[in-house]
Amino acid sequence: MDLFDILISASFWAAAIRIASPLIFATMGELVCERAGVLNLGIEGIMVAGAFAGWIAVWAGLPLWGGVAVAFAVGMALGGVHGILSVPFGLSQHVVGIGMTLLATSLTFYTYRVVLPEVSSPPKIEAFQAFEIPFLSKIPVLGPALFAQTPLTYAAFVLVIVTSLVLYRTPLGLAVRAAGENPSAVAAQGLSVTAIRIGAVMVGSGFMAVGGAFLTMSAFDSFFFDMVNGRGWICIALVVFGAWKPGKALLGAILFAAFDAFQIRLQQTPIGAVVPYQVFLMMPYLLSILALVVMSRRAEVPAALMVPFNKGER
Amino acid sequence: MTGAEPAHPVLRLSDITKRFGALTANDRVSFDLARGEVIALLGENGAGKTTLMNILFGQYTADAGTVEVFGRILPPGAPRAALDAGVGMVHQHFTLAGNLTVWENIVLGAQSLTALSLKPREVKARIRDLSQRFHMKVDPDARVGRLTVGERQRVEILKALYRDAKILILDEPTAVLTPQETDALFATLREAIAQGLSIVFISHKLHEVMAISSRVIVLRHGRLVAERRTEQTSREELAALMVGAEVTAPEIRPSTPGAPLLSLAAVTTAGIGSAPGLDAVTIDLRAGQITGLAGVSGNGQAALSNLISGLTLPLSGEMRIAGQPVGDWTPRMAIGRGVGRIPEDRHRTGTIADFTLTENAILETYASQFARHGWMDWQAARAHAEEMIATYDIRCPGPDVRIRLLSGGNMQKLILGRVLETGPQIVLANQPVRGLDIGAVNYVHGRLAEARDKGAAVLLISEDLDEILRLSDVIHVISEGRLSPAFPRGTMRPEDLGQWMAGHGFEEPAHAS
Repeated sequence: MDLFDILISASFWAAAIRIASPLIFATMGELVCERAGVLNLGIEGIMVAGAFAGWIAVWAGLPLWGGVAVAFAVGMALGGVHGILSVPFGLSQHVVGIGMTLLATSLTFYTYRVVLPEVSSPPKIEAFQAFEIPFLSKIPVLGPALFAQTPLTYAAFVLVIVTSLVLYRTPLGLAVRAAGENPSAVAAQGLSVTAIRIGAVMVGSGFMAVGGAFLTMSAFDSFFFDMVNGRGWICIALVVFGAWKPGKALLGAILFAAFDAFQIRLQQTPIGAVVPYQVFLMMPYLLSILALVVMSRRAEVPAALMVPFNKGER
Repeated sequence: MTGAEPAHPVLRLSDITKRFGALTANDRVSFDLARGEVIALLGENGAGKTTLMNILFGQYTADAGTVEVFGRILPPGAPRAALDAGVGMVHQHFTLAGNLTVWENIVLGAQSLTALSLKPREVKARIRDLSQRFHMKVDPDARVGRLTVGERQRVEILKALYRDAKILILDEPTAVLTPQETDALFATLREAIAQGLSIVFISHKLHEVMAISSRVIVLRHGRLVAERRTEQTSREELAALMVGAEVTAPEIRPSTPGAPLLSLAAVTTAGIGSAPGLDAVTIDLRAGQITGLAGVSGNGQAALSNLISGLTLPLSGEMRIAGQPVGDWTPRMAIGRGVGRIPEDRHRTGTIADFTLTENAILETYASQFARHGWMDWQAARAHAEEMIATYDIRCPGPDVRIRLLSGGNMQKLILGRVLETGPQIVLANQPVRGLDIGAVNYVHGRLAEARDKGAAVLLISEDLDEILRLSDVIHVISEGRLSPAFPRGTMRPEDLGQWMAGHGFEEPAHAS
């Protein structure tokens, strides 16, 4: 297969969009947190917890969308803990975030063992199936790539639009952005910076958890340890890459996913026979770092990101 | 409305008391504000002005006392209630988000958080309408981060007017403005009064208080010590009331300048962040002379002080110390050549907050004077610190106190002492009295004049034109990295300097970069 053939093949783009989906959810989640001024390094653990929670809920008998709701709720709960520790208590967001990742990951594995004490391989569920959107899915290349995905992928794209609209077109979004830029501007209007920030972290963490659930409920049909595999950290970079803007972050997620899909296919070409496959695995990360260097030099970081806000004390 | 109607207060503070630990910030303060009146709240730093206004605005909760607006008592600790009652506050440190536009900043919090749209068109139309009514030019779509300080303040005032504020509280509104911007602000305020608003104007600048207010309330150590009708008082009386004693400023006699100790010839430097660097600056700092550098901060002052203290090198042009061209130039060399620095930010760059007074006192000389064979001689260092406490009148529990616990004035006296003890050739005084009370200001000014009389070249960087005019033997104005010609003492009025500060009078336009 020629390199160019890969780039114009529908299956390549379909894979790219599929790989991008969990990243899109979690990147939007991180973006919402950071726009409110809180760096959420709990993202990796929250994705693990979401992956498990959604899958186990469906295994226990809930419908698929019920599983998504459970994942979202678990994410909100973990986000609530993160929010309380980092906002009113003003603890170091780095330490809280890494702690949350360790806590959520360990809790997940613990729960897994409690619920399924003696299984050697995890049970499978009936995952989301691809849903071909009539007419649109018949467009050459674009159709199968974009419009023959699972409902959860469509939801990811809808989420980008909703996040964008809420952030830029509603008073609530304005308050969130202001909380991340200058919280005293929010407090001076009699609004609660604490409530806005905790709220943003909870909702954002919910999105992250759904991103995790995509892995167990749409990409695969079962839960494995290590299946999140650093995707959370990639999303942190994608937020920076996207300059804290939903649209650009979406592009970043698709770009990264395309690199990933591309390297898998490249391994099957004659080049793959010569070059060790680890080099291909490395490629998306390498290209991401390069893209980050080029793209994010002039990005405007939310000015109050990682700055705790104490009102009226001296 | 009839003139015979008794003046009903729009705002009444009754017996407000607020304590922070052992400190009583406000002690039973009461006053009324009538419709269309401007009250000036006058007092030194720490007199309790800002605390009082934060209580009125609901950001602090008073320990005792009530706030009444239009006859209704406000619930304590609720800014929302104050806003809804028609109180608008323009904070000393602006509460604006830099990456949002003007209209977004203005509408923040004015709409219900559950509303589905920001209605940008309506909002902008209303802002344009208000800015016409009150003669405040501002572009609703501009990013606040790109505005000048004066423009940002207009946004803050518009924010209050947008919420139909009937009472405006302005906390030190002129602290960062040029004289022209101050005049524009006063014009806006007069317009606001004419349209029925009432104003509380917090300041410690006497001439402004005399210019804008109808009544003056003086706070000292948290107590309301005097109330005067503006037309029946004088600057001298107010100064004495504020300090609690007759105030005598040190007399600054003209000097006889000597040879240049530091000269720059067409020096250009890199900018610092968004602030410009120096743009072909030529200046002589002469022995026995105070050179004043006026200008709105962020116009290249930082570049100049970094250059002199050895933190940066010129990109082009020549720098001479005592007539000798300098090639290599580091902070260590600057200290060695007798450059003494009073940094702009005494908390961040002037001192190390959690070090003791002794440690801070020897920060620049610990290796040369207080070490023997590589070991610190703490006994000598402590003795030196004690000597400085006595010589420079530093009020503190002792040499082992952490510097963080000192007041700004005492911290500044320590820094001043640290500089003057070394017998500096060149004194770089960057905003040396910002935030200090009159007593400390006079002390610092007197000592700087003394250093000059001993033959030092003093560079005084300040935004305060009164300070520049009083102390400087020769004045330059800096604007966007360019330097005005030297103006000798007595040749400039504040308005003239203000023109230069606003960028007028320079031969060529500023470089685009």
